[in-house]
Amino acid sequence: MSFFKDREKTKMALKKAWKAFENILPQFLAILVIIGLAFAVLTPEMITKLLGANSGLWGVLAASVVGSITLIPGFVAFPLAAALLKNGAGYMQIAAFVSTLMMVGVVTVPLEMKTFGKRATLVRNISAYVFSLVAALVIGVVLQ
Amino acid sequence: MKKTVKRYKVFLLLALANIIIGLVVPEIGERSLDLTRVNLMEMLSVLPPIFVLLGLLDVWVDRATMIRYTGKGSGFKGVLISFLLGSAAAGPLYAAFPVAGVMMKKGSSLTNIFIFIGAWSTTKIPMLTFEAASLGLPFTLTRLALSIVGITTIALITQKSLNDQQKEQLYKLHQTQ
Repeated sequence: MSFFKDREKTKMALKKAWKAFENILPQFLAILVIIGLAFAVLTPEMITKLLGANSGLWGVLAASVVGSITLIPGFVAFPLAAALLKNGAGYMQIAAFVSTLMMVGVVTVPLEMKTFGKRATLVRNISAYVFSLVAALVIGVVLQ
Repeated sequence: MKKTVKRYKVFLLLALANIIIGLVVPEIGERSLDLTRVNLMEMLSVLPPIFVLLGLLDVWVDRATMIRYTGKGSGFKGVLISFLLGSAAAGPLYAAFPVAGVMMKKGSSLTNIFIFIGAWSTTKIPMLTFEAASLGLPFTLTRLALSIVGITTIALITQKSLNDQQKEQLYKLHQTQ
């Protein structure tokens, strides 16, 4: 649609799209390799053990750390979370995992700093982490 | 050429590390390579539309419009629009950062940009339906209610943590791109 309306502008848009993409490509590729390595070491069984039944507050903390560091797309994370729930993980741990997974991104911090600078990136991630813990506690209490 | 190598330095070092690990512990190296490949394919299928949209946004929406709807003084309407913009998105959070960069260039307020980021991370509509299907409606609704409060709070805290000079620097950074 844009193409028919204004060919020049569309070309410019595509050029800008490519520039923005190439701008983040180096960090992006590095992050992909890090995730690959992390998951090759951290197997699903290990995750289940960490967040499993009766893991209590430590489980919540462990879940939040795993969630903050890893970068799993939602359509992989939700079935995983559902499987964990079935295997006896608590709502609190799962909520901590899901919330930190979505809001806190430790491995993407270098990318985020490119847009928001150091200070805002750190403040955003730390407050998102604290919020995730609070949300986990509330959800754990509400859904008991 | 030299510049390119320098920019991709970290990636190249990591790839090298992966190869070395693969030689020492073939099992882990192989699995890691597999995961990286799967992730890469997946990202490549999600990212192009986002970046094309970003380019179109940059070219078609002029600064005045963006300021009017999401700039300083856009008030509640601006917050609502930022929430909706973020929720309508698809793709991982790190894809939102370049979009946020364009919003900054076009003069959106920082609070609204952080609300947009928060919404993108958590209240994406396709993800919500999927969350409800996997983890149940009570879980999803409780989390959504908490998130709306949380996202707004985080946006305000982050915005307040910067002084005027730091904010100006951020805006300047994105003007030149």
